[in-house]
Formats: sequence, C-alpha cells, structure tokens
Amino acid sequence: MVLLEIRQLTKSFGGLMAINKLDFHVVPGEIVSVIGPNGAGKTTFFNLLTGMFRPDDGEIWFDGHNLVGLRPNQILGFGIARTFQNVRLFPNMTVRQNIMVAQHARTKSGLLAAIFRTPAFRKEEETVRQKAEETLAFFGSRLVGYRFDQPAFVLSYANRRRLEIARAMATGARLLLLDEPTAGMNPRETTELTQLIGRLRDEKGYTIVLIEHDMKVVRGVSDRVVVLDYGQKIAEGKYNEIAQNERVLEAYLGRKGAQEYAAA
Amino acid sequence: MASLTEIVRNRFNTERINWITIVFWAIGIISIVLIAWGSFNSITSGRLTGAQWRDLIVFGLAQGGVYSLIALGYTMVYGVLGFINFAHGEVFMSGAMVGFFAADALNSAGLWNNQPLLSLLIVLMVSMITSTFVAVLLERVAYRRLRNAPRLIPLITSIGASFFLQYTFRGLFGAGINSYPRMAALEGFINIFGLRILRSQALVIVAAVVMLIGLYLFVERTKAGKTLRAVAEDKEIAALMGINVDRAIVLTFAVGGAMAGAGALLYSLVFRQVYFFTGFFPGIKAFTSAVLGGIGNIVGAMTGGLTLGILETLGPSLVLAGFDIPAFTQLKDVVAFLALVLVLILRPTGILGERLSEERG
Amino acid sequence: MSQATKQAVESGLPRPEKEIVLNQTGELNLAEALKWGGLGGLAAIFIAAIGMMEAFDERVLIQPVLTLSYAGLGLIPFIFGYLTAKPPPSIEGMPPVKAGLHHLLAAGLTGILAGILLSLFVLLAQAVNLRDIFVNISPRTLDILTFEQETTLALILLIIGGGVLGLLGGLIVIIPEQWRRPVVSALTWTLLVGLLEVLFQPLLRGLNLNFVDNILFSPFGGLKQEGALVVFVVAFAIYTVMERREGIFSQRLAGMSDREKRPYLYAGIVVLVIVLGFLPIVGGVFISEVLDLVGIFLLMGLGLNIVVGYAGLLDLGYVAFFAVGAYVTAVLTSPTSPAWSPELTFWAAIPFVVLAAALAGILVGTPVLRMRGDYLAIVTLGFGEIARLLFQSEWLVPYVGGAQGILSIPNISIGSFEAQTPPQLFYPIAAFVLIAIYVSWALKDSRIGRAWMAMREDEPVAEVMGIDIVQAKLSAFIAGAVLASFGGALFAAKIGSIFPRSFDIIISIQVLVLIIIGGMSSIPGVIAGAFIVIGLPALLREFSEFQFLIYGALLIYMMLQKPEGFFPAKERMRELHGEEMLQDDWLKSREAADQETPAAAPDHNPDTG
Repeated sequence: MVLLEIRQLTKSFGGLMAINKLDFHVVPGEIVSVIGPNGAGKTTFFNLLTGMFRPDDGEIWFDGHNLVGLRPNQILGFGIARTFQNVRLFPNMTVRQNIMVAQHARTKSGLLAAIFRTPAFRKEEETVRQKAEETLAFFGSRLVGYRFDQPAFVLSYANRRRLEIARAMATGARLLLLDEPTAGMNPRETTELTQLIGRLRDEKGYTIVLIEHDMKVVRGVSDRVVVLDYGQKIAEGKYNEIAQNERVLEAYLGRKGAQEYAAA
Repeated sequence: MASLTEIVRNRFNTERINWITIVFWAIGIISIVLIAWGSFNSITSGRLTGAQWRDLIVFGLAQGGVYSLIALGYTMVYGVLGFINFAHGEVFMSGAMVGFFAADALNSAGLWNNQPLLSLLIVLMVSMITSTFVAVLLERVAYRRLRNAPRLIPLITSIGASFFLQYTFRGLFGAGINSYPRMAALEGFINIFGLRILRSQALVIVAAVVMLIGLYLFVERTKAGKTLRAVAEDKEIAALMGINVDRAIVLTFAVGGAMAGAGALLYSLVFRQVYFFTGFFPGIKAFTSAVLGGIGNIVGAMTGGLTLGILETLGPSLVLAGFDIPAFTQLKDVVAFLALVLVLILRPTGILGERLSEERG
Repeated sequence: MSQATKQAVESGLPRPEKEIVLNQTGELNLAEALKWGGLGGLAAIFIAAIGMMEAFDERVLIQPVLTLSYAGLGLIPFIFGYLTAKPPPSIEGMPPVKAGLHHLLAAGLTGILAGILLSLFVLLAQAVNLRDIFVNISPRTLDILTFEQETTLALILLIIGGGVLGLLGGLIVIIPEQWRRPVVSALTWTLLVGLLEVLFQPLLRGLNLNFVDNILFSPFGGLKQEGALVVFVVAFAIYTVMERREGIFSQRLAGMSDREKRPYLYAGIVVLVIVLGFLPIVGGVFISEVLDLVGIFLLMGLGLNIVVGYAGLLDLGYVAFFAVGAYVTAVLTSPTSPAWSPELTFWAAIPFVVLAAALAGILVGTPVLRMRGDYLAIVTLGFGEIARLLFQSEWLVPYVGGAQGILSIPNISIGSFEAQTPPQLFYPIAAFVLIAIYVSWALKDSRIGRAWMAMREDEPVAEVMGIDIVQAKLSAFIAGAVLASFGGALFAAKIGSIFPRSFDIIISIQVLVLIIIGGMSSIPGVIAGAFIVIGLPALLREFSEFQFLIYGALLIYMMLQKPEGFFPAKERMRELHGEEMLQDDWLKSREAADQETPAAAPDHNPDTG
C-alpha cells in the first residue's frame, strides 16, 4: 500500500535538467530522507510535488489521485504540506493567525458567512482557533501563551522553523515535506527537532519526507534514505547501506575524495 | 476514484484545463475574430481610398515615432529599477511646455520662420534639457531612497510625482492651452518615393528614426551604454565589477528624459497644442508601447511604439468602422487602452520578449 | 567633514557618503543651515509662483493680522529652522546630542537665508515682467510678499522675519520635552481653529453656543485676536494635563483584555450614533453637503481598502465600479433613461446594483488573476479609462446617454420621507457608511480576511498552504466593487443626474490617496483619510484649487517617510518598520517570559527553545 508514487518525473529549466526520470515512493507512516549534494534537485523535487512547478513529464500519484497539473491549493487539499528551506512564514501575521490561515482548505466560510456572522461561521472560527492552539501546544511551551499574538517575525530562528512545521501540520495533511528543517540550528535544537520528527510520526501518524544535510539527523530518524544527484536517484536503502555506497561517496566527495575515504 | 476532470486531464496529457485558461483563450480568439471581421468589412466597403489608408498609416508612423521615444524612458527605468515610472509622462510634458516658451520667444523675435532649422534645434535643446532635468530630479528626490522598498511603493510615489508635476506646471504656467506657432517650412507636402506626405510628419518620422538609431548605438556600442546594460542585467554584480550603480541609474533616467524631450518637440510639431495635462495620455500610450514590444527591451520600445501608433490610427477606421459603430474616431483612445489591456493579459512579455534583471514575480 | 573623518580620508579610507557628527558642541552646523535655508527659500518661491499666496490670502486666520498666506509663508522658515536645529537621532550606546546655542543660531541662519532667497525673487519679479510666462506671479502676489510696503523695507522685513521665525523654530527644539508638545499643539490648534472657521462657526451656532462664537470669531472672518489667545491657552492647558495623565490612561487601556474593553466600545458606538444623528441638523446645509461628499468617498475608501489594503491588489481603475453603481441606479430609476426605463425606486434598484457590481468585479478581476502588482495597476487603470470612454461614446448613447448623461434621477425616499436636502441625504449615506465599516471589520477578522493577508504577504506560499488564490482575488474585487457601487448609487440619487466626465481617473486617485494618507487596512485610518483628503478641500475652497498638488506632494512624502499612513494598522507598521519593532517586541517577550516562568530551568530559554 503506497501513499505517494512518482514515476519518471522529469523537469528541466532551459537547458538544465533538474529532475531526470525520477522514480520514488513512500509508504504510509514512513520517514524517508532525501539527501544529495547541493544542486541535486531536492528542493525542485518538493516544488514539483506541491504543484509550484509543473513537471515536463512523469506521473505523481497520491492516494490514488493524479496530482500532475493541479494547482498547489488543490494538492494541499489531497493532503501534502511542506516547509521551506528558507523559512517562508507570513511574517506580519501573528503566530496564531499563521496557523489559523493554514486551515483554510479544511474550512469553508465565505464572504457572506463572514459578513453575517452566521452561527456556522462562529463555530468554525472557534474550531479553527482551538485547533491552532492545540497544534502549537505540540511544541511545548515555546509557541503558546503570550506568543499567540506576537507577529511571526519576532520569533527566534528555531521557533520560526517550528512554527512552519506547525503550519504544515495544521493544514490537515497526511504527508509532510520538510525542507532542511534543521538548517541553521545548534546541536541541542537539532537533537530536539529530530525527536520531534519522530513524534510527528509516532504520535500523530504523519508520513514524512525530509530533505536534510545533517547526517546525524538522517541516521537518527529515517526508515529509508534516497540519494539524488543531478536530478537522478543514485542510491536507496537504509542509512548504513547508502553511507558505504560508492556512488554516494563519489557524489559528495568527488571521485578522488571517495577513493581516499575508502582507503582510510 | 478518479473524477471526470481527472479523466479529462489525463487524456489531455497533463494539460491543465480549468475555466481560467478557457477564459483567456476565449478572450484571445474573440479578439482576433472581431479584428479580422471588422477589417474585412472596412476594406471591402471601399469607404476609404488607397491614398487615405496610406495617409492614416503615415500619420500612425509619426505618432508611433513619438510614442517610441517616450517609451524608451519607461522601458529603461523598468529594466533597471523594476517599477513603472508613472511620472514619465510629465517628464515629456515638461519638455513640451518649456519648449513652447522657447518657440514662442523665437517666434516673437521673428526667428521661428526665418531660421527654421536653427529654431528647431534650439527648441530641441531646450526641450531635451528640461526633460532630462525633471527626470534626474525625480530620481534624486523621489526614487533614490526607495530602491529596496516593496515594488508597489515606488509606483505609488511615481503616481504622486505625476500629479505633483502636473499641477505644478498648471500653477506656474496656467491651465490654458498653448499652441506652438506655425512653421511655414513645415507646411505642405513633400514627395518621397512618389508618395505625398505632410512635411511635419515626414520630419517627425525621420527624426524619430534617427534618434532611435542613435540611442541604439549608444546603448550597444559605447562604454556608458554597456554600463547601463550591465546595471539593468544585475545591479549587485555590476557593483561588484566596479560600476558606480548610482551614477548608472542617474544616467538611465537622464537618457530616458532626453529621449522624452526629443519626443516632446516632435509631438508639438504634429499636434501643436500643449498644456499641463498633455503628458497623461501619451504617457500611458508610450507605456503600452513599451509593454507591447517587451518591457526592458529597447528595440522593443521602438517596435512597440510604431506598432501602437499604427494600431491607433488604423484601428478605428479599420476594425470599428467595420461594425458600423458611429463616430469611431472618438474611440481611438479605447483602441489604445484595449491594446494595453490585451497585451498585458494575453502576452505580458510583449512581442519581442522582456528583458529584466531579477525575477519580479 | 569633522577632523576625525578628514584624517581618516587622508590616510586612505574612502570618503563617507553620509556623516553623523556626534560631538556637536561648539560646531556651528553651517551645511545644514545652508541646505534647509536653500530649500526653504525655494519652497517659498514655489508657493508664490504657483499662485498659492494669492489664493490663500483670502482666508483670514486671525483678524486682522494673520492670513493663511502669511501663516503658510511664516511656517516655512519656522519648520525648516526646526529641522536645522534638530539634533541627529541618538545612536545606541552613544550619549544623545543636546541642542545648544549654536543650533539656535543655525536655525536663525536658515531663516535668514530663506528670506534672502525670497527677497531676490521679489526683486527679480519687480524688475522683470515674469507674468507672460509665469502666469500666477500677479501684482497681488508681489504685494503680499512685500507686505504692501515699499521695497527696501519689505526686503528687510522678509530677511529679518525669516531669521526670527527660524530662531523660533529652533527654540522648539530647545524647549524641554514636557512643554514642547503642549506648545506645538496649542499653536497648531490655534491656527486650525482659525482655518476651519467655516466648520466651527455653524457647529457652535447650531448648538446654540453663540456666545462662544462671539468670543472666538470676528465678524470679518477668522479668529479675533482675543479669540486666538483663548484657543491657545485652552489647548495648552488641555495638553499639559494630558501629558501628566497620558501614561496612566494608556497603561490601563493596555491592561484590559478585549472582553473587558467591550462595554466601553459599545458605549462609544452609542455616543457616536447620537452625535451622527444630530450632526447634520446642528451643522447646517453647507456642513451637511461636505459630510455627504465625505461619506460617499468614505464608502469607496472602505471598498478600495479591501482590495488594496487587505488583499494587496492595487486597483487604479476603481472609479469604474463607482460608475457602474451610478449608471445602474440611473438607468433603473430615472424616467428619462434612454433605452429602458423601469422607474424602480432607489431601494428596489439596489439589489441590481449589487449584482451589476459583483459582475463587474469578476469581469475586472478575472483577466488580472495572474498578473504581478504593477501590471495589475496599469491594467485596472486601462479598464477604468475604457469604461469612462465607453460611457461617453456616441456608440452607447442609446443606452447610457453618452456625454449628455442621464438626468432626472429621483431622490431616495423612505415611505413618505424624501431625501432632498443635504442634511436629509446624510442619513441614508451614513447608514451605508456604517454598514461598510461593519463589513470591513467583519471581513478582516475572518477566514477570508486571513486568506487575503496571507496572499498579500506571500502569494505562492499562501497557495501552497491551501488558499484558492482565484477565489480570494475575485472575492476581494467583488467586495470592493459592491462598496464602490453603493457610493455610485448614492451619488446618482444625490445629484439627480450623472455625466461620464464625473467618472474620471482622478476619482480613483483621490480614493487611493485617502486610504494611503489615512492608513491602509486600518479602518479608523480610512475614516481619517476621507475627512482630511475630501473634507478639507470641500470646506476650504482655496485648498480645492491646489488639492492635487498637495496630494502629489503628500504621496511622495509619505512613501518616503511614513508609508503606513498617519493612522496605521498594526500589521502595516510591522511590515514597514519591522526592524524597529523587533527590538521592542523582544524586550517585551523577555519580560513576559520572566513573569510566566519564574521557576523555569536555567537553560530553558523561550526564544531559542
């Protein structure tokens, strides 16, 4: 039973082939890490999955639905949410508002309901507010209390990353795409986030695909690792397997570097 | 369970069909059909003779030449700074207004008609210097500090500057309409290749082409031009390469202003009446020209201008008349605005494609 | 350049672009004085040359000594003197610069320089006939500038007067903090009351406070000298008291939660409704006329606020929706409507107005869905112009009357009550405005309001987070269009006839200016903006002549200095002054964190987690 299935995904920009006939799959409840040297196409991969770019070729099947050609908000509706490499929150909206707006696709009050403040509208607002506070509570005391009404831009870097994850959670997604969630964090924060990712799967049942550069995180949390280079999958398997893989080493260290490493 | 839209979508091979795409296609197709139909009617009805069509085209080229010159200012500023200098129409107007006073003075001194070439050169200088001055002043006072602001803020500032300039000129020089004196040397017709063309229009076309070629050479061949292109391409890298970006930007505004000043004189020779509001419509039409040809693209500004000029003269008589719309010449401004709207909706990159520095999504 | 900088440059360091001299005691800041003096002189000449002096001379502020023209003229060296003397902003970690005697001198110098420039201009204007070109440098203007004295005396007065006023401006900097605000505010109020005599007088009379009117105002126009003194003293007293009490009041306000504030809010609303109810009666016909106009523009302002302020879509063709509302009302209600004349009542026509506006909103919104900001602005401008040109065209005369427009639009009536006069019209207009205010507030704090905010902040990310951008943009256009169409309908019924030339792009610009000056996306801001931008020129004819000049200058100034408007919304302040607010918020959160978790583990830092 496969949650996400990708076949022969291809995307090029001008002359540059960013993703080259990529096959990929994820099983429900899995945590898969996607690694690879810079420029390997990992973020482009996420952009294609979420509908921000259109693939030139290939298929994306999520839970039995073909996602190719859909608009990003429709894809979100099917259950895929993401975070960004360079945290893109809504900086001038409050912490709570960031999480409330993420629930847009799961709610339906429109213009008229808002104007007339119908009972359905008020109930929905209350629900949305509650859910926002609950979601934020998952992160301990860091994003609650007086933080609710603070604009997002005053948060510290680590808190912003957490808020982004909270936002993705609040969309009601089943699959979370986390793009370098620990980038820029210190070791203690990194460890904590690694545990958090585990909790996301264990306690909340999310399926997670993450792009990471920090191998400690990858080793600590992944069920499976996929390695990309120049838009292609060059290895796949458990962390220990791919860590010894020649092609992987070559991709990261270059041929000479890989040889030296193997010799050492 | 795949829904109907999914089935349709899969059949069409990942082509995204939704109602918006349909609407856009509809707009494009309907426009083309209407234009073809109307044109066909007009031509076959024989309402206008071949000579009359030719006159319209020549007038369109003259008008277009003026638009091209003004369009250069818009396109260069957009290419470098990424916003629409709404006040550029007023840069044009200032040249025309001050040029009028020069022309008037020359006329009173009897030089306007006795020494036409000299007079024209003097007024050209006056006009170009004024426009350049206003453009550079604008950059220094209103735009310089907003280099890194969100894109809408300089746009709003330029709207404010536009109004400020308009009403300053109204306050200084009055609200009345000023007419450039008639120049005897430009009256009447001239024969070129067997075609009878109004002298003034011929001069405008020739002068515009000369200036456009001059500017093209300046931008492509000179060192200063190269600087401008580099800054338009990527401000940061240009700065790293040792280019004084501030000066380059001032130069951009100055050149755009000078071209607008030249356009002002040519405009005045054809239309003769100028007042504080003269900059508004030509300004918008010049911007349309810039977009038509591809914003940021200098050759595009030139092509766009000539195209729009002809569209404006031919459009009513060709297309609208074909539908028996009464007083179609009134609607030439509608044609211009429609061109603006349609280009931005259907082909925002213009005929020749855009040339911008950073992605301005 | 200061000594230190000179040495640095000589030793090879690059020349600094801008220099902040920290230790200013003993140094006369000549450069600043020259700069401001020059600018001041130019400003004065500018004002004279465009005819403002002459136009403003009709308005007497304080009888018989101060007309608006002299007030304006005097304000120039005063303000520029203040700017000269103002010390540079204090830099963190460095001792603040105290203003001293040399600052005063510099300020005086500024004034003198401005006076000299103006004198030169006067001499030039008297020697040469500038009037052929500069149409508004009239004899009357020159008379004003020379105080109607003979030239030498006049020039001396200009120069010395400039210097004195500059000194006074500099004095403002020297006055201790706690007196500064009362003095400046009292001065401002005195001038304002004199200026807005046309507003205050009818109000006083309407409230039967004639004795106050007699104390303050002169029968020849403007404040009496004694009246001016009274206003100054009263204002000074009030502001002094406010200075003392201010901290206490705002602390209490901040301490209350939203729930607790509610009864005060309701009380405020009730008071407001009562005041509004009596305002047109008390104010009289002229004031009601002004209020009616402000009301209609306020409706449009609130609508455009949704499109631009909430959703971030710069619509420059907004007047088209206004026109749709007006024309639909005209066609449906007027007996002389060309093609089709169902002669509905105003209220019966309203649903159709709403429908037409919604359709127009969709029509305008759809083609611009994928456009970036500045293109969107120009395209909507194009739409607005196309609409006007079509309404004006010969082609559509059989439907909308062309340039002759549509006449004989009936008044708004409720039962047997017919709204004919401006005071009567005020009530339906106010009703619509109140509805629009409520709608603006309701939409802001709702699902669609948040979607608009997110879309404004970062459109691609908003879409990836599940927001249907198409729906969001179209909703914004529709909401904005409907509110504008209400304005149009009221306008048509009020004036009784509409012509295409009423629907010029200038109206779109006026509405844009009012929301920018007031403060985008802030409802009180829009209200304030409407009163300032529409009400002032309507009250004071001399302003209406120069209003667009002032708008333009204000827009430029505001975008450079205060893009969030004078009465900004919280988010906008964050957006545009984020860096500055960052530190304040950080400090506050530290305090709150300390209060909430006093026994927290030492390494638990709420900021870094």
